[in-house]
Amino acid sequence: MASALMNKPTGKQEVQSVRQINKELILEVNNLEIFYGEKRAVNEISMVIEKNSITALIGPSGCGKSTFLRSINRMNDLIPGARAEGEIIYEDLNILSEQINVVALRKEIGMVFQKPNPFPKSIYENITHALKFAGIKKKSMLDEIVEESLQKAALWDEVKDRLHKSALSLSGGQQQRLCIARTIAMKPTIMLLDEPSSALDPISNAKVEELIIDLKKDYSIIIVTHNMQQASRISDKTAFFFKGDLIEYDATEKIFTNPSVKKTEEYISGRFG
Amino acid sequence: MNSKTADRIATGVFVAIAIIIISILVGLFSYILVNGLKHISWEFLTTPSSNIRAGGGIRDQLFNSFYILLITMIIAVPLGVGGGIYMAEYAKPGKVTDIIRSCIEVLASLPSIVIGMFGLLMFVNVTGWGYTILGGALALTVFNLPVIVRVSEDSIRAVPRDLKEASLALGITHWHTIKTVILPSAFPSILTGVILAAGRVFGEAAALLFTAGLSTPRLDYTNWNPFSDQSPLNIFRPAETLAVHIWSVNTQGLIPDVEEVSNGSAAVLVISVLLFNLLARWIGRLIHKKITATK
Repeated sequence: MASALMNKPTGKQEVQSVRQINKELILEVNNLEIFYGEKRAVNEISMVIEKNSITALIGPSGCGKSTFLRSINRMNDLIPGARAEGEIIYEDLNILSEQINVVALRKEIGMVFQKPNPFPKSIYENITHALKFAGIKKKSMLDEIVEESLQKAALWDEVKDRLHKSALSLSGGQQQRLCIARTIAMKPTIMLLDEPSSALDPISNAKVEELIIDLKKDYSIIIVTHNMQQASRISDKTAFFFKGDLIEYDATEKIFTNPSVKKTEEYISGRFG
Repeated sequence: MNSKTADRIATGVFVAIAIIIISILVGLFSYILVNGLKHISWEFLTTPSSNIRAGGGIRDQLFNSFYILLITMIIAVPLGVGGGIYMAEYAKPGKVTDIIRSCIEVLASLPSIVIGMFGLLMFVNVTGWGYTILGGALALTVFNLPVIVRVSEDSIRAVPRDLKEASLALGITHWHTIKTVILPSAFPSILTGVILAAGRVFGEAAALLFTAGLSTPRLDYTNWNPFSDQSPLNIFRPAETLAVHIWSVNTQGLIPDVEEVSNGSAAVLVISVLLFNLLARWIGRLIHKKITATK
């Protein structure tokens, strides 16, 4: 599994971190710094992400949480001048290494964006698009995965009769669940959600939240959210970011009832942000 | 003057401008069609032109125009769209890209007669081909490339970044994303640009005078061997297009029915461009529907 992520085998061993092997962890972030040109957006953060849990990243706009999230599947590579230092360890490999094959990485670490962004293709093709590229060509196989992922995204009953209609004919909430479904179809290990329900109405939002909690048993989920209630409702652990620093990272219950840093408490109680 | 009056005046001004544009267009079209339609007949379209006698047609010129258009598009569209993809997706912002962009802009503003002279030098003399369809098509490629590059680049840049990110985030390579997500989304606007370029090719005369020439050999439409001199498909033969024909009968025509022939040709030219546009748009819409699953 891990070796598939390497561009090509190299003679030298990947730099091993000092961490102990812990089955419960899926990601380990060590002294991560992210820059946009000269500007530093994330300052030396270190944290571990647990497997099969929901980790919420909260904080005011511009605090670096989205930047951090996007560095986990190297989406920041698309931004000219963006670079990251430090390490993010996944499957014993540093994701930030030059030798990582980002295409293979993104198959394992999927992402759902703030604004629903289905392809202007049919619902069916939205899901098969990446599968076909990954080499699955058999119709029966594709049909099966489409149904399975739509089921998991709780969208199957609503769209099963119009799979070949344009995905743009769906409502915003349905589109977002379709985006989640197409990410599920790739069978990732980690799902990164960047404010996945902020553009949705309350009912769609509730459905997406329900879905996220349900997905926890199969995936490790990291979610950026501006919605405090959402973070407290669905996440197991919460990280509070402020001005590029990781201020506090703890069990969600602790963060929302009894935070140990004053800044966190001020933010959560709505005194700024 | 209060803002309400200003608003009303602005509305009036823009309506007036629209009316001016529409009346110029309608006037031009009706002038060309009224004068030209009466000279168009099946015979006019299917007989070869005559140099001295009255009653010549425009069969070969009409064919040449479409054939040069086809050859030009075969060369210019892949190059132009490829250039657009490079500029929008691969070129890193910096000096080199800026230089390329200025080159394209300068190329776009070259007068077509200058491109004709360049074509004469390059595609007629240096290559030693003489006046050929291929030479004409290459000159027209030079003429149209900047437009197609520009339009493709703009259309690709106009595709929402969300879509590109969505595809990349699913573990799809950059090229496959361009091919299956970005280009299909940009397709309608690229097509519009290509149709505009095609209209320019169809109506262009100056760039063809010295490259495709002013004459057409005796063509045998049953001869489909592209290497034969009499074959209409031969790309190494001289070919006078419809636009060039209009120019040449008016400036050096010996035929007594110059007016009839040029009016008829002008009408055929305008109608052809119109039909070509409609057809290209219709096909484009079908393709777009198919790839986006919209009904």
